[in-house]
Amino acid sequence: MNRAAFYETVLVSERKAARRSSVLVGAILLASIAALATTGFFDAQRFAEAGPAIRQLASEMVPPDFGRWQSWLRPLLDTLAMSIAGTVLAVMLSLPLALLAAPNTSPHATVYFITRTLLAFLRSVPEIILGVLFVAAVGFGALPGVLALALHSVGMVGKFYAEAIEHVDPKPLEAARAAGASPFQVITHAVLPQVLPQLTDVTIYRWEYHFRASAVLGIVGAGGIGFELMAALRLLNYDQVSAILLSILACVLVVDSIGAFLRKSLK
Amino acid sequence: MLSAREVSVVYANSLRALDSASIQIQRGQFVVLLGKSGAGKSTLLRCFNGLVRPTSGDIHVEAFGSIFESSTTLREHRRRTGMVFQQHHLIGRLTALENVLMGRLSRYGGLRTLLPFGRADRLAALEILDRVGLADRALARADQLSGGQQQRVGIARAMAQQPTLMLADEPVASLDPATAVQVLGDLHRICREDGITTVVSLHQLDLARRFADRIVGLAGGRVVFSAAPGELVTESIDTIYAQPGATLPVAAE
Repeated sequence: MNRAAFYETVLVSERKAARRSSVLVGAILLASIAALATTGFFDAQRFAEAGPAIRQLASEMVPPDFGRWQSWLRPLLDTLAMSIAGTVLAVMLSLPLALLAAPNTSPHATVYFITRTLLAFLRSVPEIILGVLFVAAVGFGALPGVLALALHSVGMVGKFYAEAIEHVDPKPLEAARAAGASPFQVITHAVLPQVLPQLTDVTIYRWEYHFRASAVLGIVGAGGIGFELMAALRLLNYDQVSAILLSILACVLVVDSIGAFLRKSLK
Repeated sequence: MLSAREVSVVYANSLRALDSASIQIQRGQFVVLLGKSGAGKSTLLRCFNGLVRPTSGDIHVEAFGSIFESSTTLREHRRRTGMVFQQHHLIGRLTALENVLMGRLSRYGGLRTLLPFGRADRLAALEILDRVGLADRALARADQLSGGQQQRVGIARAMAQQPTLMLADEPVASLDPATAVQVLGDLHRICREDGITTVVSLHQLDLARRFADRIVGLAGGRVVFSAAPGELVTESIDTIYAQPGATLPVAAE
């Protein structure tokens, strides 16, 4: 083939590649516009009517009414306890499942597949639905909230753990095996020491998330500050609603900075 | 004390790494497996502790007979066999001491190892680190050590098993020549002192001549030479390092 013809083929395949990617970008753009239209974003009428309503709500929310702050302390503490308890339970269930769901530690391909499916299933049931189910099962309070948080999180945390375990350096594992370590000892002394920082990271992130999520769970009767928030909303006490939201925000900031501190000191 | 009998290994990609290799290793000897990369040295070493299972043939030790007799036999054999790896296989974020303690895992049952190692184990590990000159670096993270120091930790970890057999797979291949002589010298001295039978794979002829009691030459997965270093003449060196295609059967694709 002469040079000119060769250059031509290069340019043609370059043009083809460019066309392919512009088709893709176009499709993404189209899907985005369709999604916005379907959800009523282009309905100018509704936005025009929204203005006064929002102004009305905002004026009722300001100034926030912290008058009942003493009766929120206990629910806030409950929410904190729920987030911690939910994390502990999630970790205890996630670790063994993750070991079964990581191809390099799973005992069998079938076990691997079943565990992966179980984790995906747990992930796909929203915690608010789990909350409703557990409230029906064990009654109102913090307990159903904790169970809902934990079970939903196992799906997420187990997957992240499994992925961390999957990517460990295999060399120390071979060294442990060569030293006569049992499969269990290979996991405890060659796999876990390598992934501990990642597992800690995921766990702390999950704890922070649990605090925010448990505030929402209160809405379905699963205890904590969310329960107070829902009560204030029902009574149309918007100044109390904004006060509760601000209290939650303050607690989230505290929890996040404790998380950041833990992350740094557990490195 | 250790023998490979007609060992062949064919990997999943149908590469024939060993072709009915047989050798006998005497108690207390420091044996060097010499050959180019791809000659089958690593595979043969890994057969000696069952990390690689021979496709055909067998590995025998004095104590047990075939090491593949049962999973219990294999574990017991591994417990008595230390291994040093080319890339040292340490966990970078653990301290040197913690890495050495890994060598003592197999003395304990599964659940017991969830507890921290006891004082006796820690003391023993520290003594071994001292023997390789690293007692003062015991609490440094493994990834903070130099290459030579990391490999010494690798040797200490293997020694922590109190092995009767030591296998070392290209232990100095990723070190500079001067450090290589020192580290291999350490391994040689310690195994001599404790009367540990040692099998080391190397590709450097000068190191093999310097330390070996016996040199086993491998080429194309076959044993092509086995004698004292003094008997290693130019002709046998040529066989070991010959170009494939020139004199050797090419490994099956």
